Amino acid sequence: MTTQLHVDHFIDAKGMMCPMPIITLKKMWKDVAPGQIVAIAATDQGARRDIPTWAEATGNRLLETNEEQGVLTFYLQKTA
Amino acid sequence: MKERMSIVLFSGTVDKLLAASILATGAAAMDMDVEIFLTTWGIEAFRKDAYKTNTRISSDFADYGSTMRELMTAKKAPTWMENILGAREIGNVHIAACSMTLDLFGLTLNDLEPIVDEITGVASFMERARESKVSLFI
Repeated sequence: MTTQLHVDHFIDAKGMMCPMPIITLKKMWKDVAPGQIVAIAATDQGARRDIPTWAEATGNRLLETNEEQGVLTFYLQKTA
Repeated sequence: MKERMSIVLFSGTVDKLLAASILATGAAAMDMDVEIFLTTWGIEAFRKDAYKTNTRISSDFADYGSTMRELMTAKKAPTWMENILGAREIGNVHIAACSMTLDLFGLTLNDLEPIVDEITGVASFMERARESKVSLFI
């Protein structure tokens, strides 16, 4: 179940171990324009909590989370 | 001013370096400044090129050493040095080396990895640590 979000950047972090998903996300963030949406797919078990926590701590918005066959996909919008 | 995490990195074994490096990365990702003070075996770990051949692990888990290395390679886990470099890329990570240890071992800043910023004493670290939200000794 996915609402139709326009994804501007996609990060494939599947198979990456902590802390690589969050490093990759943070690295890309400086190239993301305000309002743009980034989708990140991850299999790291810590990501379930880490990505939402990161969004909250950095003042950005988590729009949606999907889980399919062990892959978590987070949709984040740059608001900070 | 950003919040800060301060780490005294006393250990030079790969398992503890890995833990410290992941914490540094996490703090940098969370928009915190990171202060790392290298002392004793932490200095040894940051000697030029030492990280390439360092396979030491905490002695109480020495029997896990080779298994850990194999798993790290098989699962493509980033090394502790890769994490530190990654942390610096995404945030403000300052690394200082303990002058006392350097004197003891007869080393200068040139003997350490270029990622080490400067030599300081314990007072400089304390000045930064006392205004830190998180302080760790590893």
